[in-house]
Amino acid sequence: MANAMLIDESRCMGCRGCQVACKQWNDNPAELTENWGSYENPPELSGITWTKVKFTEKVEGDQVKWLFLTQGCMHCTEASCEAVCPTGAIQHHGQYVLVDQDWCIGCGYCVAACPFDAIHSVFETEAGGEQKATAKKCTFCVDRTSNGLLPACVKTCPSGALSWGDRSDMIATGKDRVAALQAGGYARANLYGEDQLGGLHRLYVLADEPSAYGLPEAPRHATSNVAGQWLSGILTAGIVAAVPFWLVFKRQRAEEAQGGGAER
Amino acid sequence: MTNQWRDLKNADAFLVCGANPAENHPASMSHINKARDARGAKLIVVDPRFTRSASTADIYAPIRSGSDIAFWGGLMNYILENNLYHEEYVVNYTNASFLIDEGFQGAADLDGYFSGFDPETQSYDQDTWAYQQDTEGNILRDETLQDPNCVFQLLKKHYERYTVDMVEKVCGMPKDNFLEVAQAFAATGAPEKTGTILYAMGQTQHTVGTQNVRCMAMVQLLLGNTGRPGGGVNALRGESNVQGSTDMALLFHIIPAYMNTPNAAKHSDLAEYLEKETPTGGYWVNKPKFLISLLKAWWGDKATQSNDFRYDFLPKISGGINTYAWISMFHAINDGTVKGMWILGQNPAVGGPNARFERKALEKLDWMVVQEIAPTATTDFWRAPDVDPTSIQTEVFLLPAADAMEKEGTIVTSGRLIQYRPKVAEPPGEAQGDIEIMDLIYQELRRLYEAEGGALPEAVLELNWSHGADFDSICREINGYWTKDVTDEEGNAVGTEGEMVANFTKLTDDGSTACGNWIYSGYWVPANDGDGNMVTACKRRGQKDPGGLGMNPYWGFSWPVNRRIIYNRCSADSSGKPWSEDKALIWWDEEEGKWTGYDVPDFSGTKGPGDAGFNDPYIMQPEGKGRLFAARNEGPFPEHYEPLESPVANLLSSVQFNPVVKQWDVDRGQDVGDNVGTSDQFPIVCSTYRVCEHWQAGGMSVWLPWLAEAQPEPFLEMSVELAQEKGVSNGDRVVVSSARGEVEVVAIVTPRVKPFTLDGKTVHQVGMPWHFSWQGLARGATANFLTPHVGDGNTMIPEYKAFLVDVRKAV
Repeated sequence: MANAMLIDESRCMGCRGCQVACKQWNDNPAELTENWGSYENPPELSGITWTKVKFTEKVEGDQVKWLFLTQGCMHCTEASCEAVCPTGAIQHHGQYVLVDQDWCIGCGYCVAACPFDAIHSVFETEAGGEQKATAKKCTFCVDRTSNGLLPACVKTCPSGALSWGDRSDMIATGKDRVAALQAGGYARANLYGEDQLGGLHRLYVLADEPSAYGLPEAPRHATSNVAGQWLSGILTAGIVAAVPFWLVFKRQRAEEAQGGGAER
Repeated sequence: MTNQWRDLKNADAFLVCGANPAENHPASMSHINKARDARGAKLIVVDPRFTRSASTADIYAPIRSGSDIAFWGGLMNYILENNLYHEEYVVNYTNASFLIDEGFQGAADLDGYFSGFDPETQSYDQDTWAYQQDTEGNILRDETLQDPNCVFQLLKKHYERYTVDMVEKVCGMPKDNFLEVAQAFAATGAPEKTGTILYAMGQTQHTVGTQNVRCMAMVQLLLGNTGRPGGGVNALRGESNVQGSTDMALLFHIIPAYMNTPNAAKHSDLAEYLEKETPTGGYWVNKPKFLISLLKAWWGDKATQSNDFRYDFLPKISGGINTYAWISMFHAINDGTVKGMWILGQNPAVGGPNARFERKALEKLDWMVVQEIAPTATTDFWRAPDVDPTSIQTEVFLLPAADAMEKEGTIVTSGRLIQYRPKVAEPPGEAQGDIEIMDLIYQELRRLYEAEGGALPEAVLELNWSHGADFDSICREINGYWTKDVTDEEGNAVGTEGEMVANFTKLTDDGSTACGNWIYSGYWVPANDGDGNMVTACKRRGQKDPGGLGMNPYWGFSWPVNRRIIYNRCSADSSGKPWSEDKALIWWDEEEGKWTGYDVPDFSGTKGPGDAGFNDPYIMQPEGKGRLFAARNEGPFPEHYEPLESPVANLLSSVQFNPVVKQWDVDRGQDVGDNVGTSDQFPIVCSTYRVCEHWQAGGMSVWLPWLAEAQPEPFLEMSVELAQEKGVSNGDRVVVSSARGEVEVVAIVTPRVKPFTLDGKTVHQVGMPWHFSWQGLARGATANFLTPHVGDGNTMIPEYKAFLVDVRKAV
């Protein structure tokens, strides 16, 4: 039985407690930002920003709406990132799509393949001065959730917009809420994520159509396309594949020299 | 708050006006959403901007900053005209039926004034605002509410002028929009329904701030919403412990627990103070016990009956808000009257109105001491980017202070709930807790007075301060204790020397008790946590909730005497029965002959039907009734006056501005001075506010990288229409100017801000967050460079929320 996160965007008020709680629990540094004419910052998800709130203003007649979308990895059942990963570093286990940081070679294919722009490369300088790139994203706080705790964002949400539990329960709750919203005049209210990409593990109750929030109505699984390009890349320039593998071996040698993996 | 955060779940409607709970009190939304889910409660947000709170509301209505009384007056008129008030409540529990002096005339008669105004002194002679009394001193009443001199009829007459059309013209709130709000909230006038009003600085930070708050209390009295679950007038307080600070007499006009500060001219000795300050009825008749116990706490054995309990050692004031309030104080610094300043957790260089004036005033101090947790624009005012440190003679002492988490303490929520908080981390470096710092200062002062003498050394030398930095010992004193063994007439022990008193009902006026703050009494004594464990009351974390109303009586301690909803006698009708079963809070138990229920009755526990005063629930008032008519400096009914700087003439009378407010004109016409702008130069209304991501004047938030990332700098929110007029695109830099100065910030051009149409005239409004300065990771212009040095007519709280500016694109 897989769990899922249910995000009721009709109850989100854009306070961004989730965004800060995510950074705090996962020890991610702040980005240098400037106001670009919006409350929204950082402007995009990144390798050090795994959860953020997207702010969208929508005008309908003389009414204005301010829509908030808590963005992050959807943990898709048919995960494009997993499909295109050349090393098998990205795996789908139950509700989680996780990147094994030891196996990630930083090739960036997952970054290009993700239909939600939710996974990004981070360049870090390791002890010993080596540059390493790996892909990072929301882990559903696997270190918390696998120990019976709520994800940091859910734990902190003050309005009750975020919840975490058995996926079928989350779907049932979401559908009830959609029905209540529709009855309350939100004709376009919908549950997003039940069926997309084999079922997402981040589900949204939306008060408006997905595109109003900037979500793709029908996200596509990127396997054939990106993986095909990758294979042709090996044929035409084997070095593209060789360099990352070389980096892996080099890093492993470095770890052995230090007596095992560096403390994270 | 008259109620509690957790009580919000009992409301049938929320009227949020002058507050932004989603952004500034986000945790409140969980309680609000419970009411929306469980009972379909409506969330109404009235605000100049479409805020994050508005985004989640059922009804949003725009209002021009500074026009609140016109809105509230319109709402009262709507309630009265359509007979939507809660009649039984209004007749029995308010002063609606009381007859007012026949000489009284109101703003409807006197073109915006009330009877008794003296233009010379800018004040009212309030003789004609009194209740009519018979020869024995009983107040005359007409319970049919028909007498033309009864409060109800005077109220009706006063607000008749506040028509729906008038609301639209003054507030810029479209008529249909207003009616939608009025209908939704007035529905809570039904006896079984309750609605709550949530407000914050958007109501108080005006030159009519006190009267704005009065309006809300009056609406809630008319609808019968006060003293009941899901009702009340609820201030969402701006800082986590500002309620505690207020209780402990943060402000100049009170000493702890809301007793007036002695005035040198009025209160020459203890007898005179007690005679003038103790009313003849209501719970405040106990004031002598509270004051004398306070004096005993402060001067201990040295305070005796024969020396007036050392009343003479209490500092006396010799003026009011125009002498001691914030703005007045900065004028006193500016003119050299005040030469030294000790600042604890305040940041006038960012938070003060007309902040350029206040920064300049700081330069005139001989010395300044600041207790702070982080560098702020105040700690370092002498080296601000536009300041030459060599030109400043002020000697500055910085005392590094511990953060709230780095010291033991209590925090009092908006709902008067006192919660103990342990120290969870060591303060960094040399930082110390405030108690440690104050104790060190006291020890040194004492040593100096002992060694060198000086003016009135006894006030310090005789001070009863042997606590050191012992937190428990200080809390025992605040709670109150017996100063000697006391027995009753039959020789039974009543109190034992050194033991804490159970609560303030034990306090005496003969010196046998000491108490540092009577309303907190009982908070430090052991109490049941609901599971049979006896735990220091404010440390309790029992989660039981008898009645299911969210009263949670075993969690912490809510002053007074752990009462969760004050005036809760009003939750039962005039026969003592709850107005509705689902909101049954307390009721009269006929068999037991006492009040019972899920909260501590705010009433005499055994006063039953037929007893005198059974329907006098407002026990802190001598007349026992909620006051629809109440004297404040500018009148007994709130009347709309425009802000000091307004784009329009007052449509309700020819009195443009609150007539009792003092206006300073120091250095008027200079670059930095008490300058006032006019709408021909500065046609745009501006308001300041806070964002979710930062905290007050920034000391606690602007240095935090994650918050700086989320909101990196100040901005100006403006409408698409104004941006077009000014040639500004979203994200451009703009210059915002007022008569006090100008600032450059980034523009957020948004459809969430709309121009207002006021009596046919288009008026633009803009807004800016005020957290920022040159200090911090999140930094930029200080919005308070723009705000005026003027304040409310009763409290002098600055008018941060409505002033005039102009906007241009930065080059």
